[in-house]
Formats: sequence, C-alpha cells, structure tokens
Amino acid sequence: MDTARLNEIVERYPAPAGKILGILEQVQREVGYLPKDILQFLAKRLEVSLSELYSLATFYSFFTLAPLGEHVVTVCMGTACHVKGAPELVATLKRLLGVEVDEVTRDGKFLLTTEDNHFSLTSARCFGACSMAPVLRVDNKIFGYITPDRIPAILEQFGWKESQHRGS
Amino acid sequence: MDLDALKAARQKGLQKLLPDRPRVAVGLATCGIAAGGDRVYAALEAAIRDRGLDMELAKVGCIGYCREEPLVNIQIPGKPCVILHRVTEADAEEIVRAVAAGDVPRRLALCRVETWDPLVGEKLDFGTGFDDIPAYADIPYFAPQRKIVLRDAGFINPEDIDEYFAVGGYRALYKALTEMTPEAVIDEVIASGLRGRGGAGFPTGTKWNFTKVEKSLRKYIICNADEGDPGAYMNRNEMESDPHMILEGMLIGAYAIGAREGIIYVRAEYPLAIARLTRAMEEARAHGLLGKNIFGTDFSFELTLAEGAGAFVCGEETALIASIEGKTGRPRPRPPFPAQKGLWGMPTNINNVETWTNIPVIISRGGDWFAGIGAEKNTGTKVYSLVGEVQRVGLVEVPLGTPIRTLVYDVGNGGIDGRDIKAVQTGGPSGGCIPASLFDTPMDYEHLTAVGSIMGSGGVVVMDETTSMVDTARFFIGFTHEESCGKCAPCREGLKHMLMILDKILSGKATRENLDLLEELSGTIKKTSLCGLGQTAPNPVLTTLKYFRNEYDATLKGAK
Repeated sequence: MDTARLNEIVERYPAPAGKILGILEQVQREVGYLPKDILQFLAKRLEVSLSELYSLATFYSFFTLAPLGEHVVTVCMGTACHVKGAPELVATLKRLLGVEVDEVTRDGKFLLTTEDNHFSLTSARCFGACSMAPVLRVDNKIFGYITPDRIPAILEQFGWKESQHRGS
Repeated sequence: MDLDALKAARQKGLQKLLPDRPRVAVGLATCGIAAGGDRVYAALEAAIRDRGLDMELAKVGCIGYCREEPLVNIQIPGKPCVILHRVTEADAEEIVRAVAAGDVPRRLALCRVETWDPLVGEKLDFGTGFDDIPAYADIPYFAPQRKIVLRDAGFINPEDIDEYFAVGGYRALYKALTEMTPEAVIDEVIASGLRGRGGAGFPTGTKWNFTKVEKSLRKYIICNADEGDPGAYMNRNEMESDPHMILEGMLIGAYAIGAREGIIYVRAEYPLAIARLTRAMEEARAHGLLGKNIFGTDFSFELTLAEGAGAFVCGEETALIASIEGKTGRPRPRPPFPAQKGLWGMPTNINNVETWTNIPVIISRGGDWFAGIGAEKNTGTKVYSLVGEVQRVGLVEVPLGTPIRTLVYDVGNGGIDGRDIKAVQTGGPSGGCIPASLFDTPMDYEHLTAVGSIMGSGGVVVMDETTSMVDTARFFIGFTHEESCGKCAPCREGLKHMLMILDKILSGKATRENLDLLEELSGTIKKTSLCGLGQTAPNPVLTTLKYFRNEYDATLKGAK
C-alpha cells in the first residue's frame, strides 16, 4: 500500500470519533494485516506514538500483525456453534489443512498458513449467524449448517487439494 | 423537508411497497444471503427478464424465521402477501410463472398476510383470497409473537428510504419536533416504562434525563451496536432489515436530551449492517433528516458511524467510549458516569440498538399504549435469538414476561429428533443456564435474575441431553477469560484460575475441594471485579453448579 492510498484512507475520517480504529480496519482489510512500516507511517501522520497503535493492534481481535494466507477460513466459536459442534469443525480443518488455529511461525512473521500460503485458519467470537450453527466463513462467504464431512467440498471451491494441503 | 413533503414521500414509497403490479421480494439479510437468498434473487431476476414479465423484484430484510430461509414474499395486487419458504433458485421459473398468472406455488407457501400493522403509520392492506394457505397468525412460530421492534422487518426494502416513509417512517420525529417539548418526549418515554435492551434494563427515560440535566454546550448520544454476546444476533437483523428506525429513534432521543451529535458504534464483523446503516444515513441526509434545521426547526443533528474492532468488553459503556476515542477498550471506574463525563469528557447517553428502535413507536402510539404490553415493570417486547438444539430457530419477538416454555416449545417446537431439552442459556457469557424444571419462569428482567441468569441482549441457546453442562461452563469461562481486558486482577487472574480448575474437572482429575474452590472463587470475582464483564462472568459456572451439580460430581476422582 503506497503513501497516496494511505493518505486517502486517513482523509476519509474528518471526524475524530472512530477515526483511528477505522483507519486501521481499512488497512487490515486491504493489506490483510498491519505491516510495521505502515504503522510507523500512521503514527507520524496521526501524531500518536507507535506503541499506542501497537496496543490497539494487539488488543482488538480484528487486527493481525502477521500476513494471512490467500484464503482465510474462520470458524465461528459462538455459543450456538459450540453447542452444535464447532469444536469438531476445528479439529477437521486442522487435519485437512495441516495447520493450527491462529498459530504464528517461529519468527513471528506469518500466521501459520498452509505451506503454499493458500489457507489460514482462524476463529471468531460470533458471526451473528447463529440460526445456521455451526457456521464457518471462507473469506467473506458464510457457510451454515456445517458438518465435518461437508468441509472438503467447501475447501475445494477455494482451491484445496487433498494431496497438497492435508496434514499428516 | 416539511409535512407536505413527508406525505408526498409516503405516497411515493407506497407505490413501491404496494405497486399496482405484482411484487416479488426476497429476504436478504446476512442469514438469508448465506442460505442462498442471493442466488434465488438472481434466478428470479433472470426469469422475469427472460420472459419480459411486468413485475417488481425487490430486496427486503428478514422476518426472523431463519430456519425456513430463503424466504420470498409474493404480493399480487388485491391478494394477501404470501410468504414462500425454503425457496431455491430452481423454484424461480415456477414462481414467476405462477405470479404472472395471478397465483402462487402452493407447495412453497408458508403463510399469507392480509394486513400488516407497522404501528407508526397506517396499516398495509395487501388484500384477501388464497384462503387455502394458512394465515400468518395460525403459524405456530408466529402465533405467540408480537412485533414492535421488528415491525417492518421482512416487508420493506432496508436500502430504500421511500419504503420507510411508506410505513409511516419519520412521522414520529416530525411529531416530536413540531408538537412536543424535549421534556414531553422524555415524559412519554418514562410513561412507556421502556428499559434498556442492552441487558441491564435501566429505565430509558430516566437515563435520558441524567444527560439532559447536565449543563454543557456539547452532548453526545451513542447507539451501541457492538453486539458481542455469542449466540445473539437480533441487533444485526434490526440494522440490516430496518436501519431507519434506529436513526429515527436516535434523532428523537437527541432532541429530547439536547445532543447535536451522535455516533453509531457497530462491530466490524457486521459488514452488511454497516453498509445499510451508511446508506440509510446518506439517504436521511439527502432528505434533510440529518444536518441542520431538521423539518425547518432549530434542531440540528449530525450522525457518524464508528466501527468496533472485536472486543467483547466494549459493550461496557466506558470501554465503548474509550474505543470510539481511538484507545484500547478498557473500562474505568464509575462515577463519573458517561451522563456526566462521557465521550471526549462531555455528557453522553448510550443506548442499545433495540432500545432506540422502540422510541418512534412510543412517540407515535404514546407511552400508555406501550406500557399496556408486557408485564409489570417489564413493558414492551423483547427480540430473542432462539438457537441451539431446538427445531425452529430464528428471531422471536414476544412481550416481556412470556414464559421460557412458550419460547422453547410453542415457538421452537421442542428438541431435535425427539431429544429432551435440558436447559436454556440466556444472557450470553454474563448469563446462566436455566434447567427445564424452571421453564415456567417468565422472561423478564427480575425473574431471570432471580433464577441466577440475566436477560442480557436476548440470546437464548437451547441445550439438550447431548450437551455437557460442565463443558458449557468451561466454554463461557474460556470466552470471558479470553475477552477480559486485563485491567483488574480479579477478572484477569481469577478467570484464568477458574479455567484451570474447569479443565481439571473435565479431565477427571478434580476433587470435591476443587469444586468448593471454584464456587468460592466465583463469588470473589463477582464481588471485586471492576466492570460488568468480571462481575457477571462466573454466572454460567454458578448456575450449572446449582442446577447441574450431578454432572460435576460425576466427573470427580473416584466417582466412577
């Protein structure tokens, strides 16, 4: 993301209410995470300390400091989903993708994704789609009434191949 | 905009809502879309275009019967509005063919609606006929319901202000601004008995007065749309299905309180709600309903949308304010209360989405009318999200004081595959588990508290014989532990230790002393935590210990 685009995002917030979080959310959406150099730029531009932005980035679950894979698989961990079997979905996904939820590589640089950076696995508090529990989301698409056996077909829509991605 | 313009806008809206040709409308809230509603919409669009048919295709919000989605409304002039259910794209051809012939496919029909009362405007008369299709009021899922909050949901297009005008939208605001003093508005809200729908149940009119009496050049009102309770999604539907009712409620509140600026704080996880609110604000601004001198009066009001970034604790008022100010959402001790020192240090009034949605109805129909619905000191309705191990899931709006049994068995039709229902969990992570033996408990603020749970935001998660209550308690403590902001020790450290004890219990290594410690620790955290998160976090453990002690005992070392 270049400086011009960043300035454009900043200027979209003339009012102070919700400004800083709004800007960070837009960066997270467009870049997929909050890179250090962008946070440094924003700290100067918004006249706040870098440590303040770091504390926001780590306090709120919407932000990640490490890049995500091309497709992000998110399992809803809300109450209805829990009661209707979300833990089994997580176990199945870990096995199919060979990754852990929210795990970061040893150097802290990447959220652990499949080796080809094609998928990341993460979880969310609640999508608010409780009637269709259990629910999972791939990128921005929500899938409801999920059973473990339906997962491979869903992943295949996003380029999952058993031979390539399945964990041991 | 003036009264004549408002009346003209209503007529224009009615032509869209009740056109003189057939109208086919697809329920497109988040859950409708996920259930395939967008594909149904596309298929209907193609079918209408290919045949060159003379009919309207519209988007509407969600009527709340989530289990039956995707839902499609068919309106043929002079005939009742027929709601079709479980529609797929394969049904599109059959639907448009029938509608073109003045009919509806019977096999897809759920019910018919002859008239609908949007409460703040004249009734919508759809028509009569199709007597072989069940009436709306005879559908068990709908029969016990009373729609005040969801008065337009599933009937109007949430992306078109004209359709909101059609159901009497912004008439209550006009009435408040031109016929009532701010004091009279507050008196009406006090008379209605409306209590905060975010969970605590504090009387709304009284709360408004706290901010009103403060002497300050700047005051703020905030709509808390950071719906954080897992298992609750009524606010999402209220925003997605009828965003203007929230704007109108806030405008009336701002006038009464004397605020010129407002903020809607909505969680970033709700992209469609954000998009529809943003559009609603643009439309309102274009009609002069936001900005300077609204309806030609000296009342001016500006509204901003701020996105939350995923922190459960931001439901707490002082944390929410910190978050809007661009800080980490950590609560601070009260007093001073937000009414004295809130956003940017100014007097601030915060209400939940659903609280705001009731305001236009109260102003339009009167506080006494509203007070006649519900139970003693618990007036009006509440929208519940009935989910979990129950047959008919969805959003259910019933008068306060309705017994749990009505919700679970009459509306929800009981357990899945004949399984016995064991408990309901209400109030999210701050609530508790209520056993089936107490299902005659009326759902109101006091009775739910008396059995150890809370109303909260209205999540009702049904649990059956397959659900482990110890695991459920662990789930909630895991959640609150994760979401604790870490500021005060009882919550930060106490919940961590509760979690460790629960893990020990679940692994079968715990002793009776561990259970005693768990109970004692719960009491300490409740008494000593800084904010509502910690003060209520032990509730799921305390209620399961109280009502399902046998399940804990069965895991103890040597129990088997």
